[in-house]
Amino acid sequence: MLNTTPALEFKSSTFFAPILILYTNDLAAIEQTLHEKINLAPEFFKDSPLIIDLRELNKQNQDLDFTQIIQLLRRVSFFPVGIRGGNENQNKQARALFIPIDTVREQGSSIIIGEPQKPEAVQQPAAQLETVAVKEPSVRPVPIPPVAATATLVTQPIRSGQRIYAAGDLIILSQVSAGAEIMAEGNIHVYNTLRGRALAGVHGNTAARIFCFDLQAELISIAGDYKTSEDLNKQTYNHPVQIYLQNHALIIKEIA
Amino acid sequence: MARIIVVTSGKGGVGKTTTSAAIAMGLAKKGHKTAVIDFDVGLRNLDLILGCERRVVYDFINVINGEASLNQALIRDKNCNLLYILPASQTRDKDALTQEGVGKVLDELSKDFEYIVCDSPAGIEKGANLALYFADDAFVVTNPEISSVRDSDRMLGILSSKSRRAERNEEPIKEYLLLTRYDADRVKLGEMLSLEDVQEILSLELLGIIPESKSVLSASNAGMPVILDEKSEAGQAYADVVARYLGEKLPHRFIDGKQGFLRRLFGGRK
Repeated sequence: MLNTTPALEFKSSTFFAPILILYTNDLAAIEQTLHEKINLAPEFFKDSPLIIDLRELNKQNQDLDFTQIIQLLRRVSFFPVGIRGGNENQNKQARALFIPIDTVREQGSSIIIGEPQKPEAVQQPAAQLETVAVKEPSVRPVPIPPVAATATLVTQPIRSGQRIYAAGDLIILSQVSAGAEIMAEGNIHVYNTLRGRALAGVHGNTAARIFCFDLQAELISIAGDYKTSEDLNKQTYNHPVQIYLQNHALIIKEIA
Repeated sequence: MARIIVVTSGKGGVGKTTTSAAIAMGLAKKGHKTAVIDFDVGLRNLDLILGCERRVVYDFINVINGEASLNQALIRDKNCNLLYILPASQTRDKDALTQEGVGKVLDELSKDFEYIVCDSPAGIEKGANLALYFADDAFVVTNPEISSVRDSDRMLGILSSKSRRAERNEEPIKEYLLLTRYDADRVKLGEMLSLEDVQEILSLELLGIIPESKSVLSASNAGMPVILDEKSEAGQAYADVVARYLGEKLPHRFIDGKQGFLRRLFGGRK
């Protein structure tokens, strides 16, 4: 029989990568802020791919030596893998450094965490690290979870000892038993009783959320921040809730 | 083709073997040629419950290894000539079971029998996995207490993912709930989970509630499946289970327990 295994194959896939939005061209300020951020979660940022967003900077007509910023990022152990919103000169520099250029769609805007910054705000950050962008027509005060490329739908009950992993969102229509474990890189929706462990945003997507009809979970986690059932508020227990992350704190809110 | 039923639970001591013996006898009594297989290799019990332990010559493992034919190993029950028992080996362990061997025995039995009841060992290891692998229907035996319910839930997960039907993407195993050792009085006192509590977690089709009954132990000791004790509540409950499995519509009994004289007089507690 002829061996027909092909040498290679192209496939389409979606990746999550943090985006670095620069608000200043002051390299010293950028480096200092980066170190502060990295110190908060060294493992999370170590060797992380990174996309550099220069739109804010170019809006303010602040020019930046792109080669220098790349050297700085590599020094603090990031892997810059893309540039977006750069001007002609910056794109040219990027190309010379073999860094792909992402053309920003008109409507594309990143998530704003917390209240949008007022222009007169005194503490303008030098750089802001965010996860992935999402299509959003207007600026909103609350973050919206990114729309995952794929969603996994489960209609069977998830029994004790079973594990489900979804690369995107996970939608479950039946109950999740105690001792079961459901994990998703995106959001988790359980349109039934959630008794097992639910872990959303397992690759560090802090904008991921968990939604469930009846919260009785053993453990809930978003991007590594977790609560066990012992720490769950009695008031939201047995209620329909959504769970999201705000300043590294899990917020459990009843859905009316 | 025979219908293969696995009697399983995950947890030990909940009444799998008692149930296997009772329903196998019940099916045979209803005129269906039935074989019951003890998968608990090394801890052979089914033969005791069925009172045929003194007639065991060859066992399941002998058949798998080709040391005896199926006809040599099958023991015909002395109470019902449509019931046959394939005992486990007491001197071997679960590693003696192979998927291929079990499959071959079940295939051969299927030609001749209407129902094959597989009495699963406790646990989720090889013996239990092989007992359920070829099943068409599963009787999940559960006691009204939390660890038994949890283990049954685990078993249901295995049933839906590790069976032949699951591997071949066929229609899944039909799962039924059998709530055994149910004590309505203790449920009322809140000492035992109620049927609703159990169903909230397992949500399965209920085949029957078997009340806790002294007759189960005395029947086991006498080597008589409790279903033959028609006066006992447990015996009647198992007869109902078999009838329901065969398609009869019967109301569920034994949920509320006996109405005591005093309780009747003063009105029951809710």
